[in-house]
Amino acid sequence: MVSVQILALIRFFRVKNWVYMLSILKSITTVFMTMFRKRATIQYPEERHYIPPRWRGRIILSRDPDGEERCVACNLCAVACPVGCIALQAAEDEHGRRYPEFFRINFSRCIFCGYCEEACPTYAIQLTTDFEMGEYVRQNLVYEKEDLLISGPGKYHGYNYYRVAGLSIRGKDKGEAENEDIPVDIKSLLP
Amino acid sequence: MTETILHLMILFSILFVVLTIGSMLIWLERRLLALWQDRYGPNRVGPFGLLQVLADSIKIFAKEDWIPPFADKAVFIIAPAVIMVVVLMSFTVIPFAPGIEVVDLNIGLLFFLAMSSMGVYSVALAGWASNSKYSLLGGLRSVAQMLSYEVFMGLSLMGVVMLAGSFNLREIVEAQRGGWFIIPQFIGFIVFFIAGIAETHRLPFDLPEAESELVAGFHAEYSGMKFGMFFIGEYLAITLISALTVALFFGGWMGPLLPPVVWFAIKTFVFICFFILLRASLPRPRYDQLMSFGWKVMLPLSLINLVVTGAVVLLRKT
Repeated sequence: MVSVQILALIRFFRVKNWVYMLSILKSITTVFMTMFRKRATIQYPEERHYIPPRWRGRIILSRDPDGEERCVACNLCAVACPVGCIALQAAEDEHGRRYPEFFRINFSRCIFCGYCEEACPTYAIQLTTDFEMGEYVRQNLVYEKEDLLISGPGKYHGYNYYRVAGLSIRGKDKGEAENEDIPVDIKSLLP
Repeated sequence: MTETILHLMILFSILFVVLTIGSMLIWLERRLLALWQDRYGPNRVGPFGLLQVLADSIKIFAKEDWIPPFADKAVFIIAPAVIMVVVLMSFTVIPFAPGIEVVDLNIGLLFFLAMSSMGVYSVALAGWASNSKYSLLGGLRSVAQMLSYEVFMGLSLMGVVMLAGSFNLREIVEAQRGGWFIIPQFIGFIVFFIAGIAETHRLPFDLPEAESELVAGFHAEYSGMKFGMFFIGEYLAITLISALTVALFFGGWMGPLLPPVVWFAIKTFVFICFFILLRASLPRPRYDQLMSFGWKVMLPLSLINLVVTGAVVLLRKT
């Protein structure tokens, strides 16, 4: 009976019990010292995080340096889009230049994957660094062409699709594009 | 007549201050936890986010006062009131400064212990009346926890009582004029503080409301201001334990230069912050660890403390 009590007493004074206490004190002091560290929070509306230029945000339609729409309504972006949020209708003006009659992106479906930008042969569709496009009404997330079109060339400044393509439009006939030779006259017998 | 009015004024100002502190602690806790986790916490509403308390209380008052149909209605309503009443009653015996206390009770300390035992009813009744398994488990746990930690909470204070020779809290503070009781009663302080944490069921002893296993424990079924009462009751209890620790071990209102009330407030504030620091840093133990820690470590410690203090007091007298 007495030996049981002695055993209990020995157990009570075992070092193990008290080492735990030290580790608790250690964790308390560690947490207390974090007080003097810089806080990790970026207070968003006032402070902003750095956003890289190739950020995939709100989609825009750009214009070429002459101020014309770059989009040739080839539908490649709509095909590339994995969620099918792009809808457009091709049309042609009196000079044979193609343009989208309407161009609609449903941003409530868009996953900002950037495939449309990759697919675009004319650099028309581009993703920007803007991400603040929250809306209270879902319908407002459907952007029409006038919402998407911007006045500048976006990320690619000097590029003009029709100036490098062998296609005749107003003010530029075949063979007048940059780095392009005059087409061979197939009716002539001269070499 | 004027004395009665003065007394009433002191009473109501203490009530006002205590309740204000109880609600402001919500803000303080969130800010301090954020500070210790490298965040900011609520800092939008008003200066430093101070009006967050107001916003929260408007929200909680506007909430539906829902009583589950399966609950025991009368007991369900009484339970959150009990904890508020009990904690506010305990504040009556705390000497904030010479002359600033509600009653100068000659059994002040016993009164506090009695009231803190009454607090068990609140939790037990809430757990029972909710009539849901999580609430009942939480209630059971907290009853077991509070009852076992109360045992040595009382015992740890007896050393102080022996040294001061009184149960009156004002006299206990006066007895510390020569030196704070923290030095001769260090073990008593540790045991009392740990028991106090368990008594207010704060982390690391918040097993009654362990979110990860019991949803919210005994107040899982509560909403609106009934939940708010438990919430405020918990913060009031923190303030109470901190104030008592100050009065019993850290010389109460004593201190140089500044007025006594300010000293009391500063010391209490430090302990409240320590409560929050504990929450920020420690994980909760397993339930059996909690129990064995209480009965196998804390109880023997407080008994040894009691015996040694008694022997020293006896030797001094002869």
